[in-house]
Amino acid sequence: MSNKKSIVDIQTVNKIARLARLNIPENDKDNLIIDLNNILEFVAQLEEVETSNIEPLASVTGHKLPLRIDEVTDGNIEDLVLQNAPEKSSGFFVVPKVIE
Amino acid sequence: MSDLLKFNLLQAEKAIKNKEFTSVELTNAYFKAIDDTYSLGAYLETVKEKSLDMALKSDKNIADGVARPLEGLPIGVKDMFCTDGIKTTASSKILDNFYPTYESTVTQKLWDDGAVMLGKLSCDEFAMGSSNETAAKGNVKNPWLLDKQVSPGGSSGGSASAVASRSALAATGTDTGGSIRQPAAFCGITGLKPTYGRCSRWGIVAFSSSLDQAGPLTRTVGDSALMLNSMAGYDKKDSTSADLKMPDLIDCLDKGVKGKKIGIPKEYTQDGISNDIVKFFETSINWLKDAGAEIVPVSLPHTKYALPVYYIIAPAEASSNLARYDGVRFGVRKEGQSLDEMYELTRGNGFGEEVKRRIMIGTYVLSSGYYDAYYLKAQKVRRLIKQDFDNVFEKVDFLLTPSTPTTAFSLGEKQDPLTMYLNDIFTVPASLAGLPGISLPVGLDKSGLPIGMQLIARAFDEPGLISTAQVIENYAEFNFIADGAAK
Repeated sequence: MSNKKSIVDIQTVNKIARLARLNIPENDKDNLIIDLNNILEFVAQLEEVETSNIEPLASVTGHKLPLRIDEVTDGNIEDLVLQNAPEKSSGFFVVPKVIE
Repeated sequence: MSDLLKFNLLQAEKAIKNKEFTSVELTNAYFKAIDDTYSLGAYLETVKEKSLDMALKSDKNIADGVARPLEGLPIGVKDMFCTDGIKTTASSKILDNFYPTYESTVTQKLWDDGAVMLGKLSCDEFAMGSSNETAAKGNVKNPWLLDKQVSPGGSSGGSASAVASRSALAATGTDTGGSIRQPAAFCGITGLKPTYGRCSRWGIVAFSSSLDQAGPLTRTVGDSALMLNSMAGYDKKDSTSADLKMPDLIDCLDKGVKGKKIGIPKEYTQDGISNDIVKFFETSINWLKDAGAEIVPVSLPHTKYALPVYYIIAPAEASSNLARYDGVRFGVRKEGQSLDEMYELTRGNGFGEEVKRRIMIGTYVLSSGYYDAYYLKAQKVRRLIKQDFDNVFEKVDFLLTPSTPTTAFSLGEKQDPLTMYLNDIFTVPASLAGLPGISLPVGLDKSGLPIGMQLIARAFDEPGLISTAQVIENYAEFNFIADGAAK
């Protein structure tokens, strides 16, 4: 993140949008590039913090994730699971045909 | 009838149990208030039939002498909480047809304790925002200075506006970087963000999983104590839920602060903070001193890095959490020629501008080649921020800061995303450290808008937070009512 100005260009936006499976209308891309660069420039101030001996923090309360026996605790609710599906058939979610 | 709106949660709890009025009467009074304040836009949906059923059941329980802790008290629910059979959208177009088939743990606990559900309250889309302006169905208005069109804050803007306008006796909120405390400050009410892990996140629409916490928005500190009593608790369905008993918070009222040490972080008094807020900050310090607390100047040197850390970690987690909105299992689908095109159109069409921005930032900082420079770096600085708090909490019991650098801004005033982000500067650090914080109203600024002060406590010291906040509340005697409140 050393190159502060304009790290995000149109190619980057297209690549990231593709990774995020997000359709961005062409007309919105110029403003998005400006916003993303401003935000990335803002967060780049973290560079000035010395962190070479610091462990990354993922859990704030030092909480240990509990383990449980690997067994079925739920189920037989097919109707409920499918209830909000945009398209379903014979107990399955339906998506556009995939042929590659 | 409208006299019933004067009772706060604690008062109503006692009055209902003493049979001064019934839950049905109280619930009807709130439905009239909801109609009277309709133009604020706080509610996305009301469920009157269900509410009155719940109220009737409460009245029967009271008659039978088996009243539960929140028996018959009508509350609103932020639309981030999944409610069984009741539309839950997180204020997003992509969930406009989503009817959960399960109930979030926190709301279930409230209903199990007798609370009556009034409806679902607007918020920023997926709780991403500080003004309630990113809601798909449009912004919510702050009931204060109604003709000036002021923001209620966000993301729990609907919850704060409803409680301040007396169209809900209390409301649930969620807080990721300040989404309970900032709107509470803007609307002149009390908002409490508990310690991370205190309230179950199960059934709450996920935004940033290492930060999200549910909490109450209420009129008073005592009301927050009563409501959090019911909301908190271990839940095996949330693997980050803390298996710790919380003392009865009602017992923590009237305990005072004698001999307690209150830290005043020097980093919270700089940079564009309004004069009226500085004045009330100093006044609040004097109140605590007068009540027998010892005031200790402290330093949290990494405070200025909290916002940059937050705006890496929260979008990164959001981009991952929001991957589930793919038009396959639930939500609004937009058809495409291929599976990938269906995903892209569904998400491009269903998410609003701010949500798209955060998904883009989050995906960028997690993408190959950038992960170490952004995400890992942010996690390291997050540790330094937490260590700052650990260090000061060896010397003091609580921290006092203003809740926000300014009072409520006008709707439409902050167009640039970064300017909007800066509004959360005083609430984000405690969120990153997982600490409990409360914002309560202490006075009005020159224009007549509420000013909030924030207290931060050690992890899991909600009891101390309640005791200390109530001392400030007693001194502040904040008895003002918003001009846009139900009459």
